[in-house]
Amino acid sequence: MTSHLLLLVLFAVLVSAVFATLSRDEPRAQLRAGAIMVAGFVAGAVLLGWLMYPLPL
Amino acid sequence: MASKSTVAARPRPVSEPGTLVLLCLAAWAVPGAGHLWLGRAQKGIVFFLAMTLMFTVGLLLDGRLFPFELSEPLVALAAMANAGLGLPWVLGRTFGLGAGVVTEATYEYGNCYLIVAGLLNFLVILDAFDIASGRK
Repeated sequence: MTSHLLLLVLFAVLVSAVFATLSRDEPRAQLRAGAIMVAGFVAGAVLLGWLMYPLPL
Repeated sequence: MASKSTVAARPRPVSEPGTLVLLCLAAWAVPGAGHLWLGRAQKGIVFFLAMTLMFTVGLLLDGRLFPFELSEPLVALAAMANAGLGLPWVLGRTFGLGAGVVTEATYEYGNCYLIVAGLLNFLVILDAFDIASGRK
């Protein structure tokens, strides 16, 4: 299991599940908040990856 | 159809300090146990599944359960974060899991999963404490 994207998405899903469950009480609100968080995690990581691409690291 | 609230049966605040300590210990030992104790089954089950899965994946990715080496502050901090997961961490250390394979491409991913799982459980313990003491 060395797919970076798969590991990133799995991490985002699990962390978002915990944060959404902590911060919301209604299951529908939890799902909505969790989906927004997952999208934010994944989109943010991909965006940061592209921004760092030209850097000489 | 109205969605079902997970706080329908709001428990009375736990005022006895001894019970609060026991609750926090249970919440530390088994992720989600504090919420299950307080009658918030849905939350407890989500916490248990998410954090034990993170711990398991972290071990499968050859992550390391860090030792308490006070001479190396970052290692000691990582060890404290690992220890947040309670019983899975105790079992992992007891059975020699989480040795960590530095040469594996997934080593840092595994560390990230293991450390974050422990830190998330600290947050969950605090949430259970707040609910039990009537602050939430």
